[in-house]
Amino acid sequence: MQSLGISVLFKGMNMQRLLEGLLVTARIAFFSIIIGSLLGIALGVIWTSKSKWIRLICRIYLELFRIIPILVWLFIMYFGVTTALNIDLSGEVVSVIVFSLWGAAEMGDIVRGALESLPKHQVESGKAIGLGFWDLYRYVLIPQAVRRMLPGAINLATRMIKTTSLVVLIGVIDVIKVGQQIIENSRIEVPTASFWVYGSVFILYFIICYPLSKISRKLENKWNG
Amino acid sequence: MGLNWQFITDSLPLYREAAWTTLKLGFWGILISLIIGLVCSIILYFRVKVLKTIVKVYIELSRNTPLLIQLFFLYFGLTKVGISLSENTCAIIGLSFLGGSYMAEAFRSGLEAVSKSQIESGLSIGLSKTQLVRYVVLPQAFSVAVPSIGANCIFLLKETSIVGAIAVVDLMNVTKDLIGMYYQTFEALFMLVAVYFIMILPLSLLLTWLERKVRYAEFGN
Amino acid sequence: MKTNEVLLEIKGLHKRYDEIIALDDINLNINKGEVVVILGPSGCGKSTLLRCLNGLEKVHGGDIRYRGKSLVNNDVNWQEIRQHIGMVFQNYELFPHMTVIENIILGPAKVQKRDKSEVMEQAKQLLERVGLFDRKDSYPRQLSGGQRQRIAIVRALCMNPEIMLFDEVTAALDPEMVREVLDVILGLAKQGMTMVIVTHEMSFARAVADKIVFLDKGRICEISEPNEFFTNPKTERAQQFLNIFQY
Repeated sequence: MQSLGISVLFKGMNMQRLLEGLLVTARIAFFSIIIGSLLGIALGVIWTSKSKWIRLICRIYLELFRIIPILVWLFIMYFGVTTALNIDLSGEVVSVIVFSLWGAAEMGDIVRGALESLPKHQVESGKAIGLGFWDLYRYVLIPQAVRRMLPGAINLATRMIKTTSLVVLIGVIDVIKVGQQIIENSRIEVPTASFWVYGSVFILYFIICYPLSKISRKLENKWNG
Repeated sequence: MGLNWQFITDSLPLYREAAWTTLKLGFWGILISLIIGLVCSIILYFRVKVLKTIVKVYIELSRNTPLLIQLFFLYFGLTKVGISLSENTCAIIGLSFLGGSYMAEAFRSGLEAVSKSQIESGLSIGLSKTQLVRYVVLPQAFSVAVPSIGANCIFLLKETSIVGAIAVVDLMNVTKDLIGMYYQTFEALFMLVAVYFIMILPLSLLLTWLERKVRYAEFGN
Repeated sequence: MKTNEVLLEIKGLHKRYDEIIALDDINLNINKGEVVVILGPSGCGKSTLLRCLNGLEKVHGGDIRYRGKSLVNNDVNWQEIRQHIGMVFQNYELFPHMTVIENIILGPAKVQKRDKSEVMEQAKQLLERVGLFDRKDSYPRQLSGGQRQRIAIVRALCMNPEIMLFDEVTAALDPEMVREVLDVILGLAKQGMTMVIVTHEMSFARAVADKIVFLDKGRICEISEPNEFFTNPKTERAQQFLNIFQY
């Protein structure tokens, strides 16, 4: 069967197990993106504050994630914080926490950028035609801000999805870990299993991320071009 | 909670060595990324037939898949179909495969920023195509691309944290070992963060400074 | 200054952008030492015509001959031709990453492979002539628009071209800087430089031109002596055009 290494993917429960692993990855990505975005929007609005100190704190918060690699953050949370607080968190929960905090930092920066780039006279001309506070936000500011931040936000989502691959390194049984188990089990029967398994995980990530980055680029060209 | 400073002092050589490995891998990864990026962006800029399509496919593959999978595929996958690579080579290839596409995008945006009229102006004094690229297009493209190139360097240096997954002795593995063997969790993590700070903070500050300089010194009509 | 030796010969020149005809059956001779000014409303094709003469636009029909040699077939060595036909652009287009002197000697040194000290000497003389020798080590961004444009003229002149093309070189300038640039061009005319000038400066055109070419909708409407053109244009369209400039 060696000539048909790809068959390893379909043997027994392998495909189902891989998809279950993918589900774990997807669950982490989904919750991280949702929580990260919500926190990020709040952070972004706070960030536009006039207080120098608030801006500085937000900046430092973002820089912490820009300087220290995400994998290091996973380590800090998984080994450090759990030990310090003497709590037991699963790798999956740790991943969601770290990715959400990181996503919030980056999303905050995107939201801040979008809000600050809105020209002041938009508010004034909105008021000039008699719009109230809510109508001003609803018809003038939010639609424009969304246009400015959506491409960046989608791009961030792609980055977060790609980064979910790291969870295997703190012991989460994700799609990669399942892949490794399959490779391990079929080491003798199918020596080329790792080629096929890693190859298909590679393609899986590509299938998910490619359309997203395509959309992000399309929107960017359409709205900023 | 007090840190065990004796332990930290004792582990210094380990971290120094690991940081050195990380920097070496990062250096080669960045250097090769720059070369790949430059070549790819020039191919895209001049719309070279066939190669252009290959470059586009490469950029999409590289940008839309995680480095970890790229490394696993290279290291475990390709060895099984007859191509054998050492861990370090693999790490550098992985980083370059990833970084090349990011650098290509940076250079491309720089190249696109060179206006058509600058090129015509170069043509009007009789410059050949090669001279035009060398004296007019590349210098201008490069200075526009500097901030994104810098950001990519930081990005790649951070991504080196992942190469430990294919058994290179890097900062992450040293940390994991120290935690696993001695339960000196805080000390090991403290050192890990400190080393990344020392490596990346200066770069990050330099980049901020460069960005400002490029913005204000915009050579411009 | 004008001689009878024909330098540029344009015959039945045709040029289009997709469906739109940009230049239609242009016939024009430019003699050595002659200053030809092309006038016409915006979008009439005057800049396009100029750009055709420097190989920056593809020609779709007719012929352009420089000293009898055709410039419209595919094997024209434009790199060679452009050393003889210099061009100055509306937005100066100095190279922003090079100093003034580097901008000027790039062509002579790299394209013409001339001796550096000889080129420096010539650049010095040209810069002194336009009154900018003291700015030779400045970057373009440190200069005013008028200064940049004078440098751009020097850059083209340093190649020792036989013909100079000026494409609306004062259009991007503040009004008070127009004069300094036009004076340089007028000086060149007095020295007998062959020039083709596209401009909107009517009194300058009248002062500098040996021949006015009036272009409208891609066609040449009339070719006249400057005095005749400005006082007594032959065509209705030229009359309408001139009226716009009078309050």
